[in-house]
Amino acid sequence: MMSLLLFAQEIEPLTNTEQWVINTFFYVIALVTVVAALKMVTTNNVVHAALYLLIVLAAVAAVYIILGAEFAAATQVLVYIGAILVLLLFGVMLTRAKIGSEDDLNYDQRWIGGLVSVVLFAVMGYSLWEGFEDTKLDPAFQPQRTGDVAESIFTQYIVPFEAVSVLLLAALIGAVVVARRD
Amino acid sequence: MTELFATDYFWETWPWWADTIFRLIFAIVAVLLPAGATVYLYLFKMVSFMQSRLGPMEAGPYGSMQLVAELGKNLQKEDIFPARADRTVFALAPYVVLASTFLLAVVVPFGPEATFVNLDTGVYFALAVSSVSVVGILMAGWASASKYSLLGGLRAAGQLIAYELPLILAVVGVVIQAGTLNLQNIVTAQNQQEIFGWGAIGNPYIITQLLGFIIFLIAVQAELTQVPFDMPIAESELVSGYMTEYSGFRFLMFFIGEFATANIFAFLGATLFLGGWAVPPFVTDLFNIAWDSPIMNLVGPFVMLTKMLLLTFIFYWVRFTFPRFREDQLQKFAWKVLIPLSLINIALTAVFKVAF
Repeated sequence: MMSLLLFAQEIEPLTNTEQWVINTFFYVIALVTVVAALKMVTTNNVVHAALYLLIVLAAVAAVYIILGAEFAAATQVLVYIGAILVLLLFGVMLTRAKIGSEDDLNYDQRWIGGLVSVVLFAVMGYSLWEGFEDTKLDPAFQPQRTGDVAESIFTQYIVPFEAVSVLLLAALIGAVVVARRD
Repeated sequence: MTELFATDYFWETWPWWADTIFRLIFAIVAVLLPAGATVYLYLFKMVSFMQSRLGPMEAGPYGSMQLVAELGKNLQKEDIFPARADRTVFALAPYVVLASTFLLAVVVPFGPEATFVNLDTGVYFALAVSSVSVVGILMAGWASASKYSLLGGLRAAGQLIAYELPLILAVVGVVIQAGTLNLQNIVTAQNQQEIFGWGAIGNPYIITQLLGFIIFLIAVQAELTQVPFDMPIAESELVSGYMTEYSGFRFLMFFIGEFATANIFAFLGATLFLGGWAVPPFVTDLFNIAWDSPIMNLVGPFVMLTKMLLLTFIFYWVRFTFPRFREDQLQKFAWKVLIPLSLINIALTAVFKVAF
């Protein structure tokens, strides 16, 4: 009875079949993410681009779930899809949102953008490869508990957390000041 | 009987795929069955009585087959796409809304072991996926290539963003008091805490979180774009808002999504504020069983259904008695009344949590 209170879910190490299933799902999700990301930058319609971005963000949340990071996944959905993407769609639809393709969506700076993303990919890929190389995920890994996340934020990382909070508050007030020109 | 529902017998000997299929079927039942029940009971019958008429009487005894008739009617209608619509986005929008509804349903616990998924983030996950439906509404509004639809979609998005905040903040009070985000643990906390040493009814948070409960109900009403918050689909101005251009099966999906989401928010409200699937401890004491004995896996869904019907009754009661908010009043009400009130509620709860 009291075990309910703590919900210590004893999760057994993953069997080979389960690992195989998880890996398959990862590759499917990864493929969807990459294709959607490419479509997002090549499509000729602003709203379609935003919707491809939705697929990318949702797929990243799915990867978090596969890695057992529930809290990060829910935050990804709440913040990126529920707030940022909706605001983006809202803004696009309020101002310019023609149905069909638009020709003037391509800018001269796209080559610079492409260069930056290639460099970013190289740097991040290299650091990930150096950091983890062929480390495998522990088959006995447990889903991350939200309580643990909270504990590490409010003890070990309290100073960065507060600094980010102040930064966000400053951005918020700044946005109000810029937007309100009474 | 009891052995059949003991944990290690009933659930854990199943292979994972059988478990998944079983849960999938039950999730569909848990979404569609209550939706049908509330549409018939409240939308067809209760409203009719409130307006001094009989409601549907022809299909089946007492009009009870009306739902089947409506289903057949909508399924055989032509699936019309407006000529200038963005066909892909137009076709996908109802699925996004319905997906959000189903994702919302999976975290609701119906018994000590009768859960679809027992997520550690529970209520946080529920609030996160409930915000996905806005995307579907915006897609529908934009892709219809109709001014009414676009206006309805924009109004819906503005309203849903504004009322998501009080919804989340109202739940934070419960989370502080229970000390967990897990819905199952919130149910446990409500039934094992005591009110000043008196534990006959446990401590359903509707008592201590009454303010939070009221804010929750108001915010849910707005999230569902029901009267008095129905500016997005105001029929006298916008025909039917973002749903204007939809017909047949896709309209049916929006319709099911709307009512099923109302039910699932009622399920969530029951879990957070009314003690969830458990009956008050003094009742289980009468039968000499533990409050979370395995038999509650069978009784729990019916307890939840009762509490859900109670809460949806309030939703529809308000829906059919109140006049509509004006757009600016609606936004002011969210930002200047509900959000400050829920912040005060959080502060007070935190103070009491530390004090006691």
